[in-house]
Amino acid sequence: MSATSPAPSRAPSSGRLGTVVRHHLFWPVAALVLLLAVNTVFRPSFLRVSILDGHLFGSPIDILRNCAPLMLVALGMTLVIATRGIDLSVGAVVAIAGAVALTYIARSPDPGSAGTALTAMGIALVLALALGTWNGFLVSVVGIQPIIATLILMTAGRGIAMLITQGQITTVTSAPFKTLGAGFWLGLPVATLVAFGVFALVAVLTRRTALGMLVEAVGINPSASRLAGVQARTIVWTVFALSGLFSGLAGLVLASNVMAADANNAGLFIELDAILAVVIGGTSLAGGKFSLSGTFVGVLIIATLSLTVTNLGISPLVTPLFKALVVAAVTLLQSPVMRRKLAERTRRVAPEPKVVAR
Amino acid sequence: MSSRTDRAAPVVEMYGITVERGGVRVLDDVDLTLHPGEVHAIMGENGAGKSTLIGALTGTVPIVSGDVLVDGAARTPTSVAQSRAEGIATVFQESHLSPHLTVAENVMIGHEVRRWFGIDWAANRERASAALATLGIEDVDPRTPLAALSPATKQLVAVARAIVLEPRVLVLDEPTSSLDAAEAARLLGVVRRLRDQGVAVLFVSHFLEQVFEVSDRMTVLRGGRVVAEYRTAEVERAELISKMIGEDIDALQALHSQRLAHHYAGSGEATLRATSIGRRGSLEPTDVDLARGEVVGFAGLRGSGRTELARLMSGVERADRGELWLDGARVQLRSPGAALRYRIAMSSENVREDGIVAGLTVRENIVLALQALRGWSRPLSRGEQDAVVDTYLDALHLSRDDLDRPAGELSGGTQQKVLVARLLATRPHVLILDEPTRGIDIAAKLDIQRRVARLAGEGVAVVFISSQLEEVVRLSDRIVVLKDREKIGELSNGPGVTVDTIVEMIAADLDELAPGDDDGAGAADGAGGRDVT
Repeated sequence: MSATSPAPSRAPSSGRLGTVVRHHLFWPVAALVLLLAVNTVFRPSFLRVSILDGHLFGSPIDILRNCAPLMLVALGMTLVIATRGIDLSVGAVVAIAGAVALTYIARSPDPGSAGTALTAMGIALVLALALGTWNGFLVSVVGIQPIIATLILMTAGRGIAMLITQGQITTVTSAPFKTLGAGFWLGLPVATLVAFGVFALVAVLTRRTALGMLVEAVGINPSASRLAGVQARTIVWTVFALSGLFSGLAGLVLASNVMAADANNAGLFIELDAILAVVIGGTSLAGGKFSLSGTFVGVLIIATLSLTVTNLGISPLVTPLFKALVVAAVTLLQSPVMRRKLAERTRRVAPEPKVVAR
Repeated sequence: MSSRTDRAAPVVEMYGITVERGGVRVLDDVDLTLHPGEVHAIMGENGAGKSTLIGALTGTVPIVSGDVLVDGAARTPTSVAQSRAEGIATVFQESHLSPHLTVAENVMIGHEVRRWFGIDWAANRERASAALATLGIEDVDPRTPLAALSPATKQLVAVARAIVLEPRVLVLDEPTSSLDAAEAARLLGVVRRLRDQGVAVLFVSHFLEQVFEVSDRMTVLRGGRVVAEYRTAEVERAELISKMIGEDIDALQALHSQRLAHHYAGSGEATLRATSIGRRGSLEPTDVDLARGEVVGFAGLRGSGRTELARLMSGVERADRGELWLDGARVQLRSPGAALRYRIAMSSENVREDGIVAGLTVRENIVLALQALRGWSRPLSRGEQDAVVDTYLDALHLSRDDLDRPAGELSGGTQQKVLVARLLATRPHVLILDEPTRGIDIAAKLDIQRRVARLAGEGVAVVFISSQLEEVVRLSDRIVVLKDREKIGELSNGPGVTVDTIVEMIAADLDELAPGDDDGAGAADGAGGRDVT
């Protein structure tokens, strides 16, 4: 993403390499490259992209398509976390959005028409926005801690989705709706184009307007920001509303990919993946400075990881463990304490007269 | 107040105590002696070194040089546990207790009665009850959760925690700050009783009247040095206050005469007018007028209500009574943002907590308020930012490269100036500065004071708050004097007005009221403690 400027190299760096290593995206990108390399070693054709039925095909394209819902959810999550908040309800909103859209299509007289599909998506998105607004209300107006406030919807949400689908897994056939999750445009998956488009739009919006700075100010020091005249309440409210909206869109992408609304399993644990992606991307859970480009790489890492599991033939039973190990490695590499220790060790091994910062 | 002549041998003697923090001497060669059966008060404004001295006594602050003698033997404590073993106990503020534990647990925590198998709860409750009884709150069930008690009772529980150890030295650091007058009186009664039982009490409070009421002896600190020691019965309030705030700084004298030269006579037309503005528990109803081009000083000791008044006039806190009028129209300030839209700007006394956004760059910190005012959708372009920031670059003594450093890396004085720059960028009509010169060096001080004078010349109504009364006298056209959360008067500044004038006002206010005026004067003025000895 073009949104963030490279970290300024103030400390005496050991040349260009030092500048690159110190960049906040270095370790996440390195982890991603390593994952791709491991996959290529196990299956040399992993990175091959071919053209099949008029659109691009191959593992990289799978990654880009599969990561679309998480990309949208993590986008909202980054903004929420930047204001010192957290949104646990995103998975529930994903389920509700899918349930609403598919139920509307299933009951409409003309499920196959584009109009029906668009109306269904419109209703689902408005509802998702309303749910996000509810979270924002609880946090910014009522003053409930974000983790508790969003826990309410996290637990209640799947029940609401069940009510909407009446306990069934709703399946429909609607070509226009299916396009969102499974279609291709200009050879690329529509889901990817939508998710990346929204992501780029928000990235530009936060950095080209003052929104990014105000969000960071509120996240770093809420009381100082308030005294500087920042409408902290409005900003917190807005980011929760946006998180709801993006989760709703993610729900539509997921539902349209399988053309089924599963109230129990759609978007299950996506909140944890989203939080992971944000953290891997270098945004602190304590709030403040956020990096959308970091989140972008974080999402790609998680999506690649899921594919790696199948690619390496790892048993589904140990998948969570494998994921956890990779995530632990990435977060350790990012921790300043760990990096300092590593730097000390390298210095001892290679005693070059380099000036190493701190 | 009993004046004791037959003093017992000292329990604690501190000689030449010197403490450094970050290369700065916060305590310099301080002596202090505590005698059994005496309440010894430490007086001083913010940053005088009171808390550090207590820390040195209780082992929480490392001493660079100096000796602490307990019963004549060298026993410089290095930990709380060690000072406790010597019989020195500290009363923590009630906020340091655990609200979800019971009263007995809070009292006995850290020194529980134990049996061969764990804690003997019954014995603990008994000992806690005994401690509560000596404080006159035997009606409190030791099994009650602490959270269910009133702030005053909680504070007494904190005292109980200290006295359950039967200390020979009891340290109380601002024990009455959360109490109202009646509750404070009760606590002071307890302090007196302990003194009569032979405990040496070290007492710190910013409520002057309480100190006069309870202490036998006082040591005045300023800038980390002892500037005076008095017997309470023999000291004049005015003398004490002037000792606490210190003398004039010659370098600033020029500014004073300059200010007096074009002293603003006051057109009588207020731009911002507060009528009976107040808030329960923080400020009695107060009237203040601010006129364009005028510098109004708010003078008073810490806790006098000067900060509270500033916060109510700038929307930081909402008044629950009274009205604000801006250029003749009534305004309601729901937030600091709303105040800024009316061009009323305020800087808080806590630069690090309520001022600087440490993680943002210097540039972002300066444009923050202006940007907030314009709204997120209309960002200041780089060019506009530069135009704003350039105005202050020289005053801040910063280079262009520094602008992209995190503001948290700057020195305290520069942070303070960045904060003022942030407010000035919004072109305020009313500028309220709470302690803008606290903790910064003389050059930065002078710089800020010059700027205040210039702003007034440009037609801004400025409120200037400072613990250093000379500064207030030097800069102000008019001085509003506050004491014990109430405005007690107003002075038009002129050649006849000096620091002593204000000091006498603060001291005299009590003397006038002292005889017979006991009709609940202290009822609503917080822990002001007007109650007469």
